[in-house]
Amino acid sequence: MHQLTLTDISKALAAKQFSARELTTHLLARIEQLDPQLNSFITVSKESALQQADAADELRSSGINAPLLGLPIAHKDLFCTEGVRTSCASKTLDNFIAPYTATVVDKLNKVGCISLGKLNMDEFAMGSSGETSFYGPSKNPWDTQRIPGGSSSGSAVAVAARLVPASTGSDSGGSIRQPAAFTGLTGIKPTYGRISRWGMTAYASSFDQAGFLAHNAEDCAMLLQATAGFDERDSTSAQQPVDDYAAALSLPLQGLRIGLPKEYFSSDLDGRIGDVVNNSIEQLKQLGATFVDISLPSLPHAVPAYYVIASAEASTNLARFDGVRFGHRCENPQNLEDLYLRSRDEAFGKEVKRRIMIGTYALSTGYYDAYYLKAQKIRRLIKNDFVSAFKDVDLILGPTTPNLPWLIGSKIDDPVAAYLEDIYTVPANLAGIPGLSMPAGMIDGLPVGVQLLAPYFQEARLLQVAHQFQQHTDWHARTPAGF
Amino acid sequence: MQWETVIGLEIHAQLATNTKIFSGSATAFGAEPNSHASLIDLAMPGTLPVLNAEAVRMACMFGLAVDAHIAEHNIFARKNYFYPDLPKGYQTSQMDDPIVGLGHLDIALDDGSIKRVNITRAHLEEDAGKSLHEDFSGMTGIDLNRAGTPLLEIVSEPELSNAKEAVAYAKAIHTLVRYLNICDGNMAEGSFRCDCNVSVRPKGQTKLGTRTEIKNVNSFRFIERAINHEIQRQIELIEDGGKVTQETRLYDPNKDETRSMRSKEEANDYRYFPCPDLLPVHIPREMLEELRTHLPELPTQKRERFEKDFGLSTYDASVLSASREMANYFEAVEKTCADAKLATNWVMGELSSLLNKENLDITQSPVSAEQLGGMLVRIKDNTISGKIAKMVFEAMAAGEGDADQIIEQRGLKQVTDSGAIEAMLDEVLAANAEQVEQYRASDENKRGKMFGFFVGQAMRASKGKANPQQVNELLKQKLDQ
Repeated sequence: MHQLTLTDISKALAAKQFSARELTTHLLARIEQLDPQLNSFITVSKESALQQADAADELRSSGINAPLLGLPIAHKDLFCTEGVRTSCASKTLDNFIAPYTATVVDKLNKVGCISLGKLNMDEFAMGSSGETSFYGPSKNPWDTQRIPGGSSSGSAVAVAARLVPASTGSDSGGSIRQPAAFTGLTGIKPTYGRISRWGMTAYASSFDQAGFLAHNAEDCAMLLQATAGFDERDSTSAQQPVDDYAAALSLPLQGLRIGLPKEYFSSDLDGRIGDVVNNSIEQLKQLGATFVDISLPSLPHAVPAYYVIASAEASTNLARFDGVRFGHRCENPQNLEDLYLRSRDEAFGKEVKRRIMIGTYALSTGYYDAYYLKAQKIRRLIKNDFVSAFKDVDLILGPTTPNLPWLIGSKIDDPVAAYLEDIYTVPANLAGIPGLSMPAGMIDGLPVGVQLLAPYFQEARLLQVAHQFQQHTDWHARTPAGF
Repeated sequence: MQWETVIGLEIHAQLATNTKIFSGSATAFGAEPNSHASLIDLAMPGTLPVLNAEAVRMACMFGLAVDAHIAEHNIFARKNYFYPDLPKGYQTSQMDDPIVGLGHLDIALDDGSIKRVNITRAHLEEDAGKSLHEDFSGMTGIDLNRAGTPLLEIVSEPELSNAKEAVAYAKAIHTLVRYLNICDGNMAEGSFRCDCNVSVRPKGQTKLGTRTEIKNVNSFRFIERAINHEIQRQIELIEDGGKVTQETRLYDPNKDETRSMRSKEEANDYRYFPCPDLLPVHIPREMLEELRTHLPELPTQKRERFEKDFGLSTYDASVLSASREMANYFEAVEKTCADAKLATNWVMGELSSLLNKENLDITQSPVSAEQLGGMLVRIKDNTISGKIAKMVFEAMAAGEGDADQIIEQRGLKQVTDSGAIEAMLDEVLAANAEQVEQYRASDENKRGKMFGFFVGQAMRASKGKANPQQVNELLKQKLDQ
């Protein structure tokens, strides 16, 4: 049962091959058995999951056959879930029970999804390895010595290890696509604003975008369909109508023009990953796509620009964690300053403190122009690069990551090296365009992802290409040994 | 040395919206602490602001009223600092692109002259909550009911040259926002408060002196006193060889002094940057045109009309147009009695002292505009004299009814029958024969002084009801016989 995709489960539930309760019970047992070695869940909502499963079964028996009814998923622990701890993998919020539910979770609840619990992540989504979590790193099921990527680390591990068929994640600089690539999953980061941010704890507000990790494009399409759309509680959510993603999946690729930016194939790239990308290009050519070489000249500046702006936003987004109203408060504060200093010092991890410092510095008088403002100018240039590239091509293809997942602990003392691993993912966040990573090969027993980028609101095109690719390959169907 | 003062004001006007600027919580004053604090006001993780369109509309009305430039796009920024009553750790405000740009307001000064004060800008921002230091034995309570209440911060150019001008400007802004119905102007509840930037420089010097900022002054009287105190302090400091340091000061009305709150060195670096949770605010030109057609008559326009149509002095016109309610009252009185001068004298005289004495607002006046106008009609048609009118006015204020009823009931109708007056005068003169003889024996100069005595006796004899003009004329005739 746990090997099934969301689409398979949807069909099986409709055909009454098993009940939502049976499936949920089975997955909860797997979590109990396997997660201690993987550390993908922070909170398992056993009782409420079973209740939701029973409710779904009841609806099903009363004749309701909604496609997502009874589908088990789990949520990255930065989505607020009423009555359930929402920790952001930080000591700061270890004691925080959210009093309300995020729009994306709420929408999935309403169409009948079952939440198995809350997933591990880098603290406040700051990290590319899952190692900054207060609850310890999640392990990559393909090699538990290695990181699964981040920040949606638990979201990737739980799905890759078949503990849950799909999960929510968030992607501000690659946090869905990179872990999807490292664990053999399909991960979609929609256009900025396509899914409401209401209830998603902010890291870098102008980048943060909810999305999904699943076994294939079809499953991602189903989840995106249920959650995309304008939300009056999020002024930055898009008014743009939502496409029919399922309908787009089966469209042929004939005539599709795909751009290959030379900046994605520089010396930073592990040559073996380059080979995987080339193989996927060959495959897509056979399916009718044509490829053209393009250039995105501002891309080399993307990583520094991203880390300046994202850290600037994070430094103020995290100001609310002051020990006054909720979250961690130090023992016996002597005065206001002591309350602030110790509450924050005790509860924020090293990486979070580092980005608060970077961001505070970048916004300070005398440095603002040189850092924040300059980074915004670069952001504009990168956006323009993409906009003009998409005048000529329908999609852009490249590697998701320059390297394979690294050994846990190997980059923990070299943050800049870790930041540079985001080189292929951050450009889409700077521009706000949608991106998708799909499994396209294996190297030394580790999965490799290929990334697709599309113009604003062309998620359907990403899903179409990935789906067509997955009709002719089986990389997405591989399971790590023992799971 | 001769000194001159340069003052600029930053006025915070709470906008009279029903809900907060970024959340749906009510803005009502005086509720149970934290009963108007939503998830957004508490800065719960994952919450986002949604801009209140009504606050934008009100800010635009103000911009139109001061003839300001209103940009098509304005931007919200985060002003970062830590304080327990600031839940997000930043105030959402506006920095580089405020909603209202350069404008101006003409104010009437005490000497009757008009001064044009330029308004640098006005921007939207959210108010903070309140820290409550009492009742919590060694701890501080936080009330977030006020957190997120919309404020319009109105910044003047440093163009005011003394405390009186500053007060006149503050009052003019106060009048304006109330005319526009965008702020209730209640200073005691903090709906209208003022930061005063004050500096001094030797007369003739063009470079500005170092300024200090006096924070959160919440009455016109305190504005005047705080500024005067601060001017004096700065001059004395410089004359003693000291230097003014740029700092924020607080005015203590009990001690009538300002004291240092924090210096420039201690000041926060607010790290302003555009708020990524809010889109740039677009103000369609059609919306402005639509708002413009709905602007009420503004205080300046009203003052000018009162001067022109009623022949009032600038001072009288500005007092009578100081609030919409006052102006409406005055106009109703004028309409009933058709005599602007009489209406002005009574509204600014007897009525104002009555209201002052009873500490009442014009809207709470015990004498309605119709009642007052009706009484003035009786002065004009000689039914009563001005003196009797004061009695009638007091009776109206005591709730005894309209002027006509009171005149009738109390028999206050003026005596204009010259036969009756003459008979009364004959009696008065007979009773004061000695004085009559003295009068007749005196020269012109002395007679003039004595005449008043007879008038007084005559008015007393008639219980004030005799027509004073007739009394004068007939008395003169009789004495000069």
